[in-house]
Amino acid sequence: MLSFFLLSCSPAWAFRIFVSNEKDNTITVLDGTSLSIIATVPVGARPRGIVLSKDGNSLYICTSDADHIEVLDLKTLTVTRTLPSGADPEFMALSRDGKTLYVANENNSEVSVLDLAQGRVTSEIEVGVEPEGMAVSPDDKTVVCTSETTSMAHFIDVPTHQVTASVLVGTRPRFAVFTKDGARVWVSSEVAGTVAVIDAATHKVLTTIHFDLPEVPKASIQAVGINLSADGKYAFIMLGPANRVAVVDTKTFAVTKYLLVGQRVWHADFSPDQKFLYTANGISNDMSVIDVGALDVTQSVPVGQSPWGVVVGP
Amino acid sequence: MLDPPPLDEGIQGARVGVADDSLTGRFVSQHYTLTETNADNEASLLEKAGKMLAAGQRLFVADLPAATLIKLADLPGAHAGVIIDATNTDDSLRASLCRADVLHTMPSRAMLADALMQYLVLKKWTRIMLLTGRDPDDKLYADAIRASAAKFQVTIKADRPWSFNPAAQQADTGHYEVNDEVAKATQDISYDVLVVADEADNFGDELAYRTDTPRPVAGTSGLVPSAWSPVMDEYASTQLQLRFHKAAGRWMTNKDYGAWLAVRAIGEAATRTGSSDPSTLIAYLHGADFVLSGYKGPELSFRSWDGQLRQPVLLADARSLVSISPQPGFLHETNDLDSLGVDQPESACHF
Repeated sequence: MLSFFLLSCSPAWAFRIFVSNEKDNTITVLDGTSLSIIATVPVGARPRGIVLSKDGNSLYICTSDADHIEVLDLKTLTVTRTLPSGADPEFMALSRDGKTLYVANENNSEVSVLDLAQGRVTSEIEVGVEPEGMAVSPDDKTVVCTSETTSMAHFIDVPTHQVTASVLVGTRPRFAVFTKDGARVWVSSEVAGTVAVIDAATHKVLTTIHFDLPEVPKASIQAVGINLSADGKYAFIMLGPANRVAVVDTKTFAVTKYLLVGQRVWHADFSPDQKFLYTANGISNDMSVIDVGALDVTQSVPVGQSPWGVVVGP
Repeated sequence: MLDPPPLDEGIQGARVGVADDSLTGRFVSQHYTLTETNADNEASLLEKAGKMLAAGQRLFVADLPAATLIKLADLPGAHAGVIIDATNTDDSLRASLCRADVLHTMPSRAMLADALMQYLVLKKWTRIMLLTGRDPDDKLYADAIRASAAKFQVTIKADRPWSFNPAAQQADTGHYEVNDEVAKATQDISYDVLVVADEADNFGDELAYRTDTPRPVAGTSGLVPSAWSPVMDEYASTQLQLRFHKAAGRWMTNKDYGAWLAVRAIGEAATRTGSSDPSTLIAYLHGADFVLSGYKGPELSFRSWDGQLRQPVLLADARSLVSISPQPGFLHETNDLDSLGVDQPESACHF
């Protein structure tokens, strides 16, 4: 006897995926359920780092070659506002209260503190050479900035804007992220191809994670984006031109799996239910879909030219 | 010459390196200063260096001819310090003349030649003609090409000196004469690429388009293997290129890059060890933990056997990056970068 089941699923709530494409100066907007492209929105030159506003109404976009930040209204899908940022903004982090953007200015060794209500840079904090990765602690009291040539993660005290500690990590640290409890900071190093896990209180490196892929030249293993799962169990590490995402057990720090994705994977974001992770693949011009439960790559979706950042929003 | 080497070549690279080191150093309470010393002749330079050594200075970045560099390394007190040779490509400095207190950031001629030969093998352009200029440096470059050709099984179909007067082009009708000479020198030879050894650029730029059969030019002109080039924009090097241009008002040359690497190597060692003690620094620079990011992809480090900085070598013409060696498939048991230049078993350097 043959039988079949018709499975109909309706998402708990609709969501969209936003991808910044640094070569064709657009944001690709995809429907989270169907993964079809809803819109391709032209923005300023070389959009890279993107961050969702706390109210979910806007997307902040580092348009690096335009030397400013653009605010994309997510209802109308138009750029409604331009914010100053200092030269060549590449990446930024939003305070948990949603009021302040911390922007890495790669060309002048500074972090710009951008007050969103006033729409102006209220101060600049000197850091090492080529600042890039930015992260804000869950209590909004500490900002971490990585500087690539200096190879340090700088811990900045928010009230005083003072660098309170600078932690040496592997060469060319690119990305930083706090764990949900704020106890640790994960920092990826692109040239070293490693990830350092730093104790946020003592500023000591707890462990350095290495990636071993015999079939990939060592120079191609370049750790960039990091996504920590909401349940705290997994870290997904984007390995750039190795075309892999490493899955790391956050208890043992062991790499449990390598997932083959598109070429030159930069950054990623989770679906709201944490069931999927979407990666931006800079050379293959697509977005890979990772099934987080199965730890498998299920789909690839073409987006724009040189996709760099991914953000999931309403 | 359309592009004479800038007078401040090398020193500007060191200055940008010190600025980078200083920005890093302030987070670990380290301060860097660069003392610039120039001399017209060897005696005067060695006298100045002797005074600096006597005053306790121990970290030197050198832009010197090979003979002078060795004399500097052998000055009293120099053994207790570090000299980073930032500009010299001489293979003998990495072999019979090597010194434990001297490191080299510029690729050796052997590395440059290997970088080019690997690319020619990859392209299957394995029959070359070699034209060598009159300067002693040209002969050394040609020697490196010959050794590398043998190593990678590239055949030298003709190996000839270039003796034509380079001033001829300056006559109003000089281009006819040059064209004629180049055509004559390259006729009746079956080859794929014309490789030129002319380090001072006396004639190398006047070979392309003038050969008897249409053949590309490589070596010191045309497709040039080098540590650095203004056309390099991969591996985040745009950051360094723009930082340098902002500071120097011109693009970064090979020598600037070598000096920048030298100063950054010292800074990296000082930051990682938390020390400014020369013996600590040299031990760290020679050790397995030292790595430097050089905007060319993989991490760079010093070869323990001859003090050479292992690094990718760019292959570029005046306007574009053609490739970066080592080429795919040229493997090495410990580090593929060691497929370029003299490997440990072959090294004639014994510290």
